[in-house]
Amino acid sequence: MIKGMLVGLAGLAMTMSATFSAAAEDVVKVGLILPMTGPFASTGRQVSAGAKAYMAAKGDMVAGKKIELVIRDDGGVADQTRRLAQELVVNDGAKVLAGFGLTPLAMAVAPVSTQAKIPTVVMAAGTAAITKASPFITRTSGTLPQYSVPVGTWASQNGIKKVVTLVSDYGPGIDAEKWFTKEFKSKGGEVVEAVRVPLQNPDFAPFLQRVRDAKPDAVFVFLPSGVGSLFMKQFADRGLSDAGIKLIATGDVTDDDILNSMGKPAIGTITGHFYATSHESPENKAYVEAFRKDNAGMRPNFMSVGGYDGMALIYNALEKSKGDATGPAFMAAVKGLSWTSPRGPVSIDPDTRDIVQNIYIREVKDVGGELQNVEFQTFANLKDPEKAEAK
Amino acid sequence: MLTILFDGVAYGMLLFILACGLTVTLGLMNFINLAHGAFAMAGGYVTVVMMNRYGISFYWCLPAAFVVTAIVGLVLERTLYQWLYRADHLDQVLFSIGLVFMAVAGADYFMGGQQQLINLPPELSGRMDVGGVGIGRYRLFTIVVCAILALVLQLILSKTRFGCRLRAAVDDRRVAMGLGINVPLVFALTFAFGSGLAGLGGAMGAEILGLDPNFPLKFMIYFLIVVSVGGTSTVSGPFLAAMLLGIADVAGKYYVPAIGPFVIYALMIIMLILRPDGLFSRGSGR
Repeated sequence: MIKGMLVGLAGLAMTMSATFSAAAEDVVKVGLILPMTGPFASTGRQVSAGAKAYMAAKGDMVAGKKIELVIRDDGGVADQTRRLAQELVVNDGAKVLAGFGLTPLAMAVAPVSTQAKIPTVVMAAGTAAITKASPFITRTSGTLPQYSVPVGTWASQNGIKKVVTLVSDYGPGIDAEKWFTKEFKSKGGEVVEAVRVPLQNPDFAPFLQRVRDAKPDAVFVFLPSGVGSLFMKQFADRGLSDAGIKLIATGDVTDDDILNSMGKPAIGTITGHFYATSHESPENKAYVEAFRKDNAGMRPNFMSVGGYDGMALIYNALEKSKGDATGPAFMAAVKGLSWTSPRGPVSIDPDTRDIVQNIYIREVKDVGGELQNVEFQTFANLKDPEKAEAK
Repeated sequence: MLTILFDGVAYGMLLFILACGLTVTLGLMNFINLAHGAFAMAGGYVTVVMMNRYGISFYWCLPAAFVVTAIVGLVLERTLYQWLYRADHLDQVLFSIGLVFMAVAGADYFMGGQQQLINLPPELSGRMDVGGVGIGRYRLFTIVVCAILALVLQLILSKTRFGCRLRAAVDDRRVAMGLGINVPLVFALTFAFGSGLAGLGGAMGAEILGLDPNFPLKFMIYFLIVVSVGGTSTVSGPFLAAMLLGIADVAGKYYVPAIGPFVIYALMIIMLILRPDGLFSRGSGR
């Protein structure tokens, strides 16, 4: 009697676990790890809003699978990112990892991706070397060399002969400095001085004075977006623009999220980047409208598009692999994907798993009372130059 | 050259205003308040909210930042700080660092994590040339305001009855109470005043130093350097220390940018080896 009951129970348990695992097979969990608090919280906010915007537009079913987004906050600290990645993979059964606001955070996760064969979609971090850290990493933001080189090209074609570079002293800054300098010099320009600013820098005065005293035609700047706005004000206050020094930069400095609050000093700044809120295309118009409606009027910036396209990549790859989210099948599907993003046409380089995209040269202008990055020149279908050169 | 000196002085003045409140609580009340930067941040956010949301003139924001943070300081002193005056220094440190983290998280929750920007009135922005020396208008304004404040502070402490009572209360609390001085009141007012100064510093610094929720952590080191190098028993000590640090920091970053950020730390180590009790210590040691 008792034995019979036990057998019955075991049978019940088996059928239950069978139905349970069947349900789990139909769900693809995407673990989104972002800095939602701390100094880089705006990155987390933008990327997650972008990812959600994609799901709101396209629904949560793809190739017979239900996509489930699990957002975790790493506070911008690398060991947290890594711990969360492990937890998501081991405990929560996440099939895909995504997010990563900063280079060190993405780097910290690379070993986890490799060991567990988990596809990892970098949506924000911008140092070129990240995709080399694991064969399971792909990227939907862009790399610093990718958008520093066009700024160098533009500068050399527009009568700028002497440049001082000023960058934040960490991975992406050094990438930007190196590739801008290389491009600009090869086109006959001269870089008279390279200033590196500590990442935690309260006052730009001495560095700006140094730039001014070097009397260049322009100063090329990379700074993470928050600090960039402070820099902009001090640049104007020190009268560098009156002294005839042009400000050219990567798009991080004129981040659309805060561009409007920078005020007049920002006008006329030339930047190179992969996305501007004002980009003119039907896809972008729809995107900006939907995004603003769901996020209390917040302006989508390049980070948000990284998040949006990250989801687009996951959906497209699953479509192609017929819902197979295991590492090798997913990554095989990722290679060579192409789609139309709010930023323009993008594709994934089959050799490097990094994004291939247009880089736009933009000028900050007052458009109907709001400051916007207005695109005026396009460098089409650029690959990351660092990995292209290595080949 | 002179421009660098001028920028250094302005930066030093700003450091002084931010740190002098800490001198007051640390030196005069013997309380280690690491949360000082949180008051500075509060002053900065008061200014940002008033200017950006309600469009109030910058000149009114400065006294408002002072008053609001002073009131916040007063409330916190009465409800929390006063119980810890006689606690261990370690307890005070733990308590105040806890406050810092709460302030950081609170600012992030209510104001968001991004840099806050203010737009100065046009007469304060830009720069002018005086005899070949480029002078930023806002920095000049900072120097003038801070110099006046330093002077007033010194006068209050050394010449007024309140300053006299405060010094008496610090030197010997029991005797001071025995003489009929209301020590808790004196301490509360002093604490409020110190917080208010931090708030004012935060408001003035928002333009030059930036303002985000991590402000208290980012600048804690600078405050502590000013106070430890300057000594805590006078106002003039931290004043000179702040000047020295401001000028050394700016000049170091200008002339030797590769090692610029280290200059002030090196300077601090040298000063502390030479004068472990601060630039002008009374030599008594409590």
